[in-house]
Amino acid sequence: MAILDVRNLSVDYLTDDPLAGSGRGSIALHAVENVGFRLEQGRSLGLVGESGCGKTTVMMALLRLLPQEGRIVHGQVLFDGQDLLQYSEAEMRQVRWRGISMVFQGAMNALNPVRTIESQMVEALRLHSIIEQPRAARQRAGELLQLVGIPPRRGRQYPHQYSGGMRQRAVIAMALACNPRILIADEPTTALDVMIQAQILELLEQLQAELYLSLVMVTHDLGMVAEICDDVLVMYAGMVAEYASSDAIFNNPQHPYTQRLLEAFPDVEKPGSTLASIPGSPPRLDDLPPGCRFEPRCQCQWREAICAQKVPPLVEIEPGHCVACHWARRI
Amino acid sequence: MESLKKFLRNPMGVLGALMLLVVVCAAIFAPWLAPYDPKQRVEVTPEDILAPPDAQHLLGRDDAGKDVLSLLIYGARVSLLVGFTASFMSMFIGTTVGLVAGYYGGRIGNALMRLVDFLLVVPDLPLMLVIIAVWGRGLWKIVMVISLLGWTYTARLVRSQVLSIKERQFVLRARSIGAGSLRIIVRHVFPQVLPLIIAQAVLDISVSILYESSLAFLGLGDPTLVSWGMMLNFAFERAVSRQAWWFLLPPGLAIVWVSLALILIGNTLDEIVNPRLRTHHLFDARRMVALVAEGEAAAE
Amino acid sequence: MEAQPILRVYDLCKYFPISRGVWDTLTRKPRRYVRAVDGVSFVMQRGEILALVGESGSGKTTVGMNVLGLQRPTRGHILLDGYDVTEWAQGHGPTLETDGGKPPTLPQAQGKAGSELCLATLSWRRRVMLLRERAQMIFQDPYESLNPRQKVFDIVAEPVEIHHLARSREEKEERVRAALETCGLAPADHFWGRFPAELSGGQRQRVVIAGALVLEPKLLVADEPVSMLDVSIRAEILNLLHALRRERGITILYTTHDLATAGFFTDRMAVMYLGRIVELGPTAEVLSEPRHPYTRALISVVPVPNPRRRRKRTILQGEIPNPIDLPSGCRFHPRCPDAAPKCRETDPQLRPVAPGHEVACLA
Repeated sequence: MAILDVRNLSVDYLTDDPLAGSGRGSIALHAVENVGFRLEQGRSLGLVGESGCGKTTVMMALLRLLPQEGRIVHGQVLFDGQDLLQYSEAEMRQVRWRGISMVFQGAMNALNPVRTIESQMVEALRLHSIIEQPRAARQRAGELLQLVGIPPRRGRQYPHQYSGGMRQRAVIAMALACNPRILIADEPTTALDVMIQAQILELLEQLQAELYLSLVMVTHDLGMVAEICDDVLVMYAGMVAEYASSDAIFNNPQHPYTQRLLEAFPDVEKPGSTLASIPGSPPRLDDLPPGCRFEPRCQCQWREAICAQKVPPLVEIEPGHCVACHWARRI
Repeated sequence: MESLKKFLRNPMGVLGALMLLVVVCAAIFAPWLAPYDPKQRVEVTPEDILAPPDAQHLLGRDDAGKDVLSLLIYGARVSLLVGFTASFMSMFIGTTVGLVAGYYGGRIGNALMRLVDFLLVVPDLPLMLVIIAVWGRGLWKIVMVISLLGWTYTARLVRSQVLSIKERQFVLRARSIGAGSLRIIVRHVFPQVLPLIIAQAVLDISVSILYESSLAFLGLGDPTLVSWGMMLNFAFERAVSRQAWWFLLPPGLAIVWVSLALILIGNTLDEIVNPRLRTHHLFDARRMVALVAEGEAAAE
Repeated sequence: MEAQPILRVYDLCKYFPISRGVWDTLTRKPRRYVRAVDGVSFVMQRGEILALVGESGSGKTTVGMNVLGLQRPTRGHILLDGYDVTEWAQGHGPTLETDGGKPPTLPQAQGKAGSELCLATLSWRRRVMLLRERAQMIFQDPYESLNPRQKVFDIVAEPVEIHHLARSREEKEERVRAALETCGLAPADHFWGRFPAELSGGQRQRVVIAGALVLEPKLLVADEPVSMLDVSIRAEILNLLHALRRERGITILYTTHDLATAGFFTDRMAVMYLGRIVELGPTAEVLSEPRHPYTRALISVVPVPNPRRRRKRTILQGEIPNPIDLPSGCRFHPRCPDAAPKCRETDPQLRPVAPGHEVACLA
């Protein structure tokens, strides 16, 4: 059974309507619409999309960490069969960090600079009432650091004494403090060098195997997704464009956006090949087209009037391969 | 302008602006607003001295028999004049010093900052007293003295801002296209510090007014002009024993009113203008949403 | 006559001193330096695109800054279009005791005939202006490299004003229009009234490129120009740079940490590690037949967009050591999978292993 089953999740952001003046009349920007996916225990999902497509919003929504302007309009988030959207704040606190844990974007730069790494981990452990006594907590902190490849004695050091890669490991260790079943990592390697990136990915794969962890990687880097994710969800302008296994996405992409995205990704093993780009930019959230959101930039040969008029439904063209395009061919 | 709209949304800022407007109008329209001209000689009888308020003199009369209300209104002129001028001059000196010290750094920067430190350490008011006592009294002398001692805070503020601005990539780009130091300072660095300077200037006006009032209160004001400080001076010396509160309270309250108005405005400006950490829009979905809506309003 | 290379870099070194405490000064401890660049030499022909690849701390950005004279080299010489840039540099670096400050007597080390005379007669400011007209930089962060309070027109027109390239307002407008439209921002008047905040990342980067182009430089140093842009717009910017080379013969020095984009449009590639070039050769050859262990490891870990192609990844352990206390001998030996005892003793120099392909490795 899937440990996480998200169905028809839609999130709006309320913002002041610039035309109506402050306060009066706010418009709702549909940041995320009808996003759904399933995550099995021990598997990893890559949530791919460019900036502003709503992928971080989806993750924040399922942990109920949206900012004040955010509203979950409808949907279900079934974690182990229970709908998280129905939980009270107190119940959510039991889920966050213990059931589902998250490494936020830029978390490695958000460590408290005036406290040692160990003390920050001990704080997390005691805050979540996992371990109360300081000594036991410090021991556990040491174990966690070891788990991510940092010698435990370095726990007494401060964040500025760690390199970028080590800080990212420390943050991952903190996220694993309460033995969560799911770990969400938002752009875990964006600011890191390619070698350190490889180290972190190797670490995540190892952790996934050792702890039987489920991973969700939110990123714009297709390469990283190809390396370690089993399934891929491609988002565009707040909606799901394609959802399939990693192999299917990379070797048999059906959505025009996915295809173009792959063509825009340079391949180091094929130097000199042409690199495509997608002209234009994603639609503004308060000016969404009535039909398919990718239509204005789509150069697919089967493009027709219906694309601009009707939002394409997410259709399962093959078992485990869903596409939201009017012209996705059936195999 | 966007900043103006933000300012108008802040009730404290608007309140301060209105309060200041009252005083500015009083100063500008003094000849029409004041019931009597303080410069005119008055026939005085012993009952007129420090007479309590009545129908003809709403705030009573001072120790020379003159109408306190008129004195108060005309006094606004002096205070505002001194305040704005001294503040402007000290802003000018402070900004220049701060820009030079921050941008060039090195020995010049160090020397300038040591000068700033020196002036900051010396207590302002006693030094002003000494200078005025030696140099002589007069309105412009007061303005000069206040501004020569008041620029140091701005200089420090500007310098610390400049230190961080000059490391930004657009300054490097300006260098790479061949811009000389002067152009970079004027075209690229200064516009970034300007908002902070404006916010600081407003607060500085209030400080200058307080200094002028203090100097006048201590008897070193311009003897030819009436200012609130001088009124306080005379009131303190002569009115307290007679319990003529109408002479003592109004100038004090007026000073408080103006200072409060300026502080409210200054704080509001500071809130609007303070550089907050800007997260890169690629990393923050929420900011992207806000930017999107903003970007459109700007594009329209 | 053989065409002269447009850029020649000889033994470029850039050291940043670490500030010392009072105790260290009193006990006369030797000064320590961050050796950001420690002996880099290469040559660029006109119209060539060279990729300078390396991770953070490799010194690639510092090389770019020194080539343009935005930093003063600690040692070494840079000859741009025959002129000695090191004389021109305005920077904030310290200068170690140089060997008299004269160009080394290497073959082809002479600058353009008469160029030294020309330079000597000009003022320092004039010399800097000459340099700026020949070489320009494209920066990494399009969100930070434009003055947020300047309109696009002013941003692109500023170089024209500084160098007095236009005699009238119309001429200035013409140049700005030409630059903007070459960079794909057409019609120009649609864009030039806007502020940078109103443009997307790709558009901003185009404005930066237009601002550099308006001076008609011969050399462009592009410092990671696309790493902060979305994947789908990277190709546009890179294609633009490629077109500039094709149509105008502009030489491009492209700095990046992304081997894949380097492979896409560059002619030659130089791989840097800890301030030195460890491998230099034609891009296709370096990517398909890497000779240096670091290059091999780097290529093996670059993600490819296909899960079926599981390659053997050589993931190096640890991090790049800090450039203050360099390892003895070959600076890569502590992490090198093929390290031998001799690597700890001898510091390898670049030597040719194939035509046009050099490697700094003892193996």
